[in-house]
Amino acid sequence: MTPLVAIALNGFRENLREKLLYNLVLFALLLIGSSILLSRLHLGEDSRLVLDLGLACINLFGVLIAVFIGIGLVSKEIEKKTIYTILAKPVSRSVFLLGKYLGLTITLLVNTAIMLAGLLVVLWLMEAPVTLLLFKAVLLIVMELLLITAVALLCSTFTTSTLSAIFTLAVYVIGHVTNDLKALSGKLDATGQAILTGLYYVLPNLEHFNIKGQVIHQVEVPLDQMALTLAYGVLYTGLVLCLAAGIFQRREFK
Amino acid sequence: MTTVLRTQALSKIFRVGFWGRPVTALENLDLEVSQGEVFGFLGPNGAGKTTTLKILMGLLYPTTGQAWLLDREVGDVAVKQQIGFLPESPYFYDYLTGEEFLRFYGQLFRLDGQRLADRITDLLELVGLRDARRLQLRKFSKGMLQRVGIAQALINDPSLVILDEPMSGLDPIGRKEIRDLIFRLKERGKTVFFSSHILHDAEMLCDRVGMLVQGKLVALGRVAELLGAASTQSIEVVVDGLDAEGLAMLETMAHRVVAQGSRVLCVMNGQGRVNDLLDLARARQATVLSLTPQKSSLEDLFIREVREQQHVGSVGEELSP
Repeated sequence: MTPLVAIALNGFRENLREKLLYNLVLFALLLIGSSILLSRLHLGEDSRLVLDLGLACINLFGVLIAVFIGIGLVSKEIEKKTIYTILAKPVSRSVFLLGKYLGLTITLLVNTAIMLAGLLVVLWLMEAPVTLLLFKAVLLIVMELLLITAVALLCSTFTTSTLSAIFTLAVYVIGHVTNDLKALSGKLDATGQAILTGLYYVLPNLEHFNIKGQVIHQVEVPLDQMALTLAYGVLYTGLVLCLAAGIFQRREFK
Repeated sequence: MTTVLRTQALSKIFRVGFWGRPVTALENLDLEVSQGEVFGFLGPNGAGKTTTLKILMGLLYPTTGQAWLLDREVGDVAVKQQIGFLPESPYFYDYLTGEEFLRFYGQLFRLDGQRLADRITDLLELVGLRDARRLQLRKFSKGMLQRVGIAQALINDPSLVILDEPMSGLDPIGRKEIRDLIFRLKERGKTVFFSSHILHDAEMLCDRVGMLVQGKLVALGRVAELLGAASTQSIEVVVDGLDAEGLAMLETMAHRVVAQGSRVLCVMNGQGRVNDLLDLARARQATVLSLTPQKSSLEDLFIREVREQQHVGSVGEELSP
């Protein structure tokens, strides 16, 4: 086993032992509860609402895990001094960082897979149709989570957990309204315009990863658009990870 | 003899506070440790011991100077294949059991399978944690954590073992166990470099010691050399059943005499008149209960050096404009 895999699996084990996946129980209860409620209310097509709620939950729980575990990936290791013994082994700093990132990735994948399975079960019980579009939406949600995790990890390499959480949540929120930033910049003076345009280009445009509306209304998303969005996500995530590795390499552990 | 650890003019300046005020933690440290040596790196709290160890382990970067471990510059990841390190008051992943913990650290050296399993069993046995194999680290006592920390430092069978305050926080039995362990490592030809402010342990264990005060190396050498040849400063003798006349004669020989009931404690300066005292006791039919040489210890040297440095520091401050 390589050190990278060992660190990743150890991170995943930590999440399991910290009982992180308990949120799945909450998710299941929410989903089952809402479907029972909706089937009683008979508000027309229940399955659309369940689909909407299910995807929103997968996204929300994922983001919460990515942010709140991601911000502690490195800073917690430094605060608890566990990093001292790891870096004293033949493990480079970038391998350590990537290992921690992969560990959380595994957790997020398992979490999303179980939530998706839960959603599929509820949809099946409601005899609602399941299309490929649903899987495409989940794939893009996963990509968004990987990007958010990378941002959280980047913050975690140079600041405290609290500030990391604020920064990452800010990136998440602004990332979903970057189109509005561009629109807003047209109405400002030159300085304001420059700042907002700068933010528009530097921050990730997370709305690309949101195709929930298309899933609900069954509007097909072409494969080339999917590929482009995924390529954008992978590239952005890669750049953020490289930046994190660069900062982490210079970091001193006082 | 091969040098396994070397530093050359190693300095570290930290910037503290809002304005980045420079604070020198380590100043021009030159040090060499040979293979098979047990080297004690001593000094009071805040002397710069941990800073030095962190630089050696690549956790801090030196401001100036260089350091080498096993002929490779520190920071070279490959050299860590042969090094074991225990940080000061270590914290570990407390959700792991003793066995899982050691397995994880073994995997970082790409150890696996039966070889790793055997190594884990041996190490748990060595540090006396056989029964804690399946216990989560969060249930470990401080002493147990220190011991499992030493086990992780030895998982790769390192040729150089670096321990930061290995005895701190341990009870006398725990400290003895760590001492025995260091002796065993020495017997197996390992080099042990450890920092400590518990001088008694260092005095018993070390081939050589280095003493760091306020970031400067103030003493370096064999313990006996540092303490000087005439290390026996005084001798304390306890005599029982000496009569009044004997007591009066004793007072002329001893530096100090303290009588308590029938027992008399006399402190002799040097060894010169000890035989006279024994003859007197025998002639007066008294019993010599004990005879204890009071040696100058590392602690005396330590206190002297610290005071000297503080004095130099305060004189320097007075002289500076």
